[in-house]
Amino acid sequence: MAERAEHNEETGSVGHIAPAKLYVAIWAVLMVLTLTTVLVSMVDIGPMNIVVALVIATIKGTLVVLFFMHLRYSPKLTMATVIAAVFWLFLLLSLTMTDYLTRAWSTYPGH
Amino acid sequence: MATSDMGDIQVAERALQHHFADMEQQRETSSFGMWMFLLTEIMFFGGLFCAYLVYRASYYHAFVEGSQKMNITLGATNTAVLICSSLTMALGVRAAQMGKRKLMVVLLLITIIFGFGFLGIKAVEYHEHWVNHEFPGPNFHFETGDPAHPATDAQHTEIYFSLYWAMTGLHALHMVIGIGLVAWLVIAGLMGAYTPHYYNPVENVGLYWHFVDLVWIYLFPMLYLISKKH
Amino acid sequence: MATAVQIVERENYLNSNYGIKSWLLTTDHKRIAVLYLISITAMFWLGGFFAMMIRLELLTPAGDLVSSDTYNKLFTMHGIIMVFFFLIPSVPAVLGNFLVPLMVGAKDLAFPRVNLLSWYLYMAGAITALTAMVTGGVDTGWTFYTPFSTTYSNTHVIGAAIGIFIAGFSSILTGLNFIVTIHRMRAPGMTWRRLPLFCWSNYAAAVIMVLGTPVIAITLLLVALERAFNIGVFNPQLGGDPLLFQHLFWFYSHPAVYIMILPGMGVISEIVCCFSRKRAFGYEFIALASIAIAVLGFLVWAHHMFVAGISVYAALVFSLLSYLVAIPSAVKVFNWTATMYKGSISYNTPMLYAFGFIGLFTVGGLTGIFLSSLGLDVHVHDTYFVIAHFHYVMVGGMVMAYMAGLHFWWPKITGKMYPEAWAKLSALLVFVGFNTTFFPLFILGYMGSPRRYHAYPPEFQVLNVLSTAGASILAVGYVLPMIYFVWSLRYGADAGPNPWNATGLEWMTSSPPPTHNFDETPVVTWEAYDYEHQPQEEITVGH
Repeated sequence: MAERAEHNEETGSVGHIAPAKLYVAIWAVLMVLTLTTVLVSMVDIGPMNIVVALVIATIKGTLVVLFFMHLRYSPKLTMATVIAAVFWLFLLLSLTMTDYLTRAWSTYPGH
Repeated sequence: MATSDMGDIQVAERALQHHFADMEQQRETSSFGMWMFLLTEIMFFGGLFCAYLVYRASYYHAFVEGSQKMNITLGATNTAVLICSSLTMALGVRAAQMGKRKLMVVLLLITIIFGFGFLGIKAVEYHEHWVNHEFPGPNFHFETGDPAHPATDAQHTEIYFSLYWAMTGLHALHMVIGIGLVAWLVIAGLMGAYTPHYYNPVENVGLYWHFVDLVWIYLFPMLYLISKKH
Repeated sequence: MATAVQIVERENYLNSNYGIKSWLLTTDHKRIAVLYLISITAMFWLGGFFAMMIRLELLTPAGDLVSSDTYNKLFTMHGIIMVFFFLIPSVPAVLGNFLVPLMVGAKDLAFPRVNLLSWYLYMAGAITALTAMVTGGVDTGWTFYTPFSTTYSNTHVIGAAIGIFIAGFSSILTGLNFIVTIHRMRAPGMTWRRLPLFCWSNYAAAVIMVLGTPVIAITLLLVALERAFNIGVFNPQLGGDPLLFQHLFWFYSHPAVYIMILPGMGVISEIVCCFSRKRAFGYEFIALASIAIAVLGFLVWAHHMFVAGISVYAALVFSLLSYLVAIPSAVKVFNWTATMYKGSISYNTPMLYAFGFIGLFTVGGLTGIFLSSLGLDVHVHDTYFVIAHFHYVMVGGMVMAYMAGLHFWWPKITGKMYPEAWAKLSALLVFVGFNTTFFPLFILGYMGSPRRYHAYPPEFQVLNVLSTAGASILAVGYVLPMIYFVWSLRYGADAGPNPWNATGLEWMTSSPPPTHNFDETPVVTWEAYDYEHQPQEEITVGH
């Protein structure tokens, strides 16, 4: 199967071994992004504050999942699991919000 | 390394459970099982995220008020600590893959230290909140700093703090469990349980650790960085 | 073949070793299935006892047998036990545990120790919930609606909630084990298109278990915390929204009804094919309908909240989405019927239960469409119509399927045949008793009789008496199998490996199967339900 992890020639280890430099680079990017998100939060850009913060968090999260958690080198099934998790979380949040965001649209006598 | 290869393979064969055909199937199965477990964890935290989203949308000002009480310096430091621990964890898994037992144990021990560092800083924050009556319940007390949003806001801020305590508390609980698991890896690693052919437990605990880091990466902006405001 | 002596001496999972320890520490999926069978049977009788108390109280219009408080506790405990401790684990944890590894040709589930852990969690949850019931009971209804559960109820809500919380993890672990097993442990040649429909439907149910159960776990934890510390998440006095609880609760609990029904549908697919001697009509559609039900089931939860004060616009969307579930459900019913068409049908007990399932599930499903229509729901909400609807699905559907599966695989599980004549009688009693019990409730509900009251106006008495009478017939129908199943353990005829002449890997090993399931790993080269190429012998057992 193409999905199967390759054998590492040198150590005989199963699974992909990423270079240590890559991990350090990812770590550096994560630290910079943490600093960025704190600095951006000091600037008042109204409702965009939370948007920027969540975008940065998502970039950080993606890096962690792809590299630290080896998703990039994992079988497709693992990718499908992650997508399912994100999708169902989205269902929970979005369908719940359909109620809260539209409740105020209709007014009843006495309200 | 080639000399210890035969010994390594024997360790691996002992670790093969009877119902798997080979190590490959066992490794992929255990890894998939861990990812499925993390999926359930996402939905577990998801319930709290949903509550957060609903109330933040409804009581934006109260949430801003509550987040002003957060110590951003400590929160940011903790984020950094967790990211560092994730690096040492990832390198630890790498050491296990390469069969560098001592390096793995050292890296995992550093990870544990970072973990305790996180919990220590969190405890300082908790103490501050506790002293300031920012714990939901009968002793909760909150002075709104914003005259535009009086009385009811204090109650809504209490909801913010309820979610704050629930989310960070649940996260801290996961950290404690994670530290226990890494400690178990250290002991088993010292006893020579893991080889380049068999390191599933190291890999899976690593996944768990990174996941807990991932949750914090979201909790930090959601709870600490809601808005500059004032 | 082998002589009788050799059959007795052949090692199987039951006689491989003895003693209480060999059971309580077993990691064999078949033994764990038996542990589950015993535990959930006990819970079924307890829940059934509460049901009988409810029906006896409703025999007369006046609230004379029990006080209203006691009545509240009775229906709450009936609901909690039956939903969380019987229906949800029933087919997956008993039949699924036993059969999924056999059907895919594996030696065990992917994580045998986790499987044992899940049984212990189930027991811990059950004991916690039962303790709460024994020490005073719970009166919130099985739905734990806030703010009643968090603020006003003076009963043991926390204990019951924690019990369900713990049992929830048992369900999560079972689901996780099934998904990983079906993905990773299939025998060579057992492709997805050859997978038995029972595995497909358990897979779909497992998807719901792992995605939905964590949400109710955290929700019930919040209820317990709110009750203990008054933290305000659901408390309207502090600005919380009780409806948020309902959203989170039904995000799991609506899909949970598909956790209950989907594995039952898998049982029916197996049985209909076997006793019609035909390949499943539209195999792919039945398989994919299971997945479709699992996914669509997550999009409909707010139809439980139409009159609770949610946005009418959201309600419109949820109403529309709810109708969609009817499509894959109907696909299944039509395909079962088409499978039987021109089949050579034999009327053995499992098939009788399957007939019952198809009819009663159809009634339950169609009345579900009534309830998902916004206008009609306002009229019948919280009436006996709702009670009748979900009992047609849960009891008429799921319990029927569970009984069908238990009869069908009893020879495999124990190596013994049950007495066919008695079993047919009990199937008939269950069908008649069930309809007599629950059909009157549709009428009562449509006439406006509300649920959850221990007294009612005298004009409703005739239908209530009818219902209570039906409940006693139903009870006899359930007691009989209990007796003859136990009887068959000692006196039943030896079943042999394949008494139904059925296809499927589980029938290719001995009964009861050896601990490692198969003497050598099977290699699959044929399609599922290849009955056209199976020797066309008559099913001789029980004739």
